[in-house]
Amino acid sequence: MEKEIRTEEPRLMKGNEALAEAAIRANIDAYFGYPITPQSEVIEYLMFEVPNRKDKKTVVLQAESEVASINMVYGAAGAGARVMTSSSSPGISLMQEGISYIASAQLPCLVVNVVRGGPGLGTIQPSQSDYFQATKGGGHGDYHLIVLAPSSVQELADFVFDAFKLAEKYRNPAMILADGALGQMMEKVVLPKDNSLPKVSKPWATTGKTKDRERNIITSLFIQPEVMEKVNLELQEKYAAMQSEVRWEELNTDDAEVLLVAFGLSARICQKVMDLGRAKGIKIGLLRPITLYPFPYKRIAELAEKVDFILDVEMNAGQMVEDVRLAVEGRAPVYFKGRMGGMISTPDDILNEVEAISEKLNVLHQ
Amino acid sequence: MEEKLILEDGIEVEQVYRRPETLTDVPYHYCPGCSHSVVHNVLMEVVADLGIQEQTIGVAPVGCSVFAYHYMNVDMQEAAHGRASAVATGIKRVMPDKLVFSYQGDGDLAAIGTAETIHTANRGENILVVFINNGIYGMTGGQMAPTSLPGMVTSTSPYGRDVSMVGYPLKITELVAQLPATYYVTRQSAHNPNAVRKLKKAITKSFEYQQQKKGTCFIEVVSNCPSGWKMTPVETIKYLEEVMFPYYPLGDLKVPKN
Ligand SMILES: Cc1ncc(C[n+]2csc(CCOP(=O)(O)OP(=O)(O)O)c2C)c(N)n1
Repeated sequence: MEKEIRTEEPRLMKGNEALAEAAIRANIDAYFGYPITPQSEVIEYLMFEVPNRKDKKTVVLQAESEVASINMVYGAAGAGARVMTSSSSPGISLMQEGISYIASAQLPCLVVNVVRGGPGLGTIQPSQSDYFQATKGGGHGDYHLIVLAPSSVQELADFVFDAFKLAEKYRNPAMILADGALGQMMEKVVLPKDNSLPKVSKPWATTGKTKDRERNIITSLFIQPEVMEKVNLELQEKYAAMQSEVRWEELNTDDAEVLLVAFGLSARICQKVMDLGRAKGIKIGLLRPITLYPFPYKRIAELAEKVDFILDVEMNAGQMVEDVRLAVEGRAPVYFKGRMGGMISTPDDILNEVEAISEKLNVLHQ
Repeated sequence: MEEKLILEDGIEVEQVYRRPETLTDVPYHYCPGCSHSVVHNVLMEVVADLGIQEQTIGVAPVGCSVFAYHYMNVDMQEAAHGRASAVATGIKRVMPDKLVFSYQGDGDLAAIGTAETIHTANRGENILVVFINNGIYGMTGGQMAPTSLPGMVTSTSPYGRDVSMVGYPLKITELVAQLPATYYVTRQSAHNPNAVRKLKKAITKSFEYQQQKKGTCFIEVVSNCPSGWKMTPVETIKYLEEVMFPYYPLGDLKVPKN
């Protein structure tokens, strides 16, 4: 690849490649993965690029399956490495047992899901239908990932750094939940600065038992129910502490009468809806959750007091809308607009929906 | 090891054996007569003898030996069922100068984890895989394993393993030996003192090869399971010799070419 890669000038990059380059710059120790569309460029980029970086010792290994990948991640994370994997929906489903083990053993790592439409083998077109899987645990047991939802190639790169920061702070797996369009599209990106993510000390890692300490054990097995409950309580305490990391973006919410709530690519589309609506005199605002776990319940509840209604827009059958309703608790009517299977609502579709709801509710926005 | 000891009543004795520092002071939970405890002992004796405790990281499987880390006084990780060699790969790849072993049962290694086993060996991961083949699922209560012998009665083959329905016992060690990246592949047992001595040699060699970065070393230990086989420990030894060893012949399957 070009020499300019090390400059901090804006570059035009594909989402998956920006993500991979950010991972190199975050000094990951290892990446384990298995090819799947629409995110194979991540491992392809790493395989091509890492050997050219003489200052990097990154391990990049193509595993025999996503099951193997995630368990390699477990081993490397348990050994104290900064480690990640990436995949798309079917592959992420295969990883769920491993992710549950990682959450229970409290190992920091990054899992990237460049979502495609399902269920089943589905389609390679973009989707947001893995929201439940990402935010509610995904595998067995009571656990949560830290989930970041980028809405641009820039964020896809930046969130690699943010995800590792949070994962290492809380000893918790983090997920970047993107979608096939973000992974595949090219945009301007200013890459995060190389070597700018400090390593943290991991005294619990299995690096070999030295004389001055007890042996370190990485496990998710707590066979006595009293102990297992205690571990669960600790995890729940950690998830409560993680709530302070909640992040969202607001646009035009000050005077908004209609609030759109959308994440990732849908939020990009909703920006356009907002502009089109405002040109027509409809005061539309947008709230974009950036962390999907933790979720900005409080802020959505506050805004619900001020608006006529909320329209939640997703590329699925309506998943985040359940969290929006939990936040709103009846303070305002909540509607949903979504398409499935890799189809994407156009700005006009969504604006028509806003107008139709306004009419139905008899609220005049002109 | 030899040193003088004064017992409480003043008698001076010579200590010829003691628990190595690589074993914790925790009594084994294994059934009386089970090979697991013997193999744990031998493995940890080798780690002590070679002075590699500080460099060694073990991976425990899901199976009866899921709690191996209670007894082995080295850094350890407990893997998901079947994934021990993938976990070991992850550890080894980020710490290539450390010594890594996985310790796995036959259900773990040769059924649910077959893909990981074959591909770890095919990549020639520079680790030691210790494979305890007791022909049964001990931990879950004696169900049929991929290695259960034809006609063998288990709780999921109550009329005996019917090979016309479920196939023949899998000789995965023979498969592993075929792979060009494996360096040393052997089949041992731990059912009598002579066998234990041979096993200890095989484990010692494997760690030495690993230090020399030679590739995957794979040791099958044909083992017993008194509870699962519903036999006394003495009867299991007879069954091993008369039934298991003819199907799983002991000895080296692949030795380094000089
Ligand atoms: C994904 C998954 N499937 C099934 C089990 C249940 N399980 C636990 S141990 C075991 C079999 C263990 O047999 P083996 O590997 O031969 O070891 P042994 O107990 O005989 O030493 C099974 C099926 C599990 N823990 N996880």
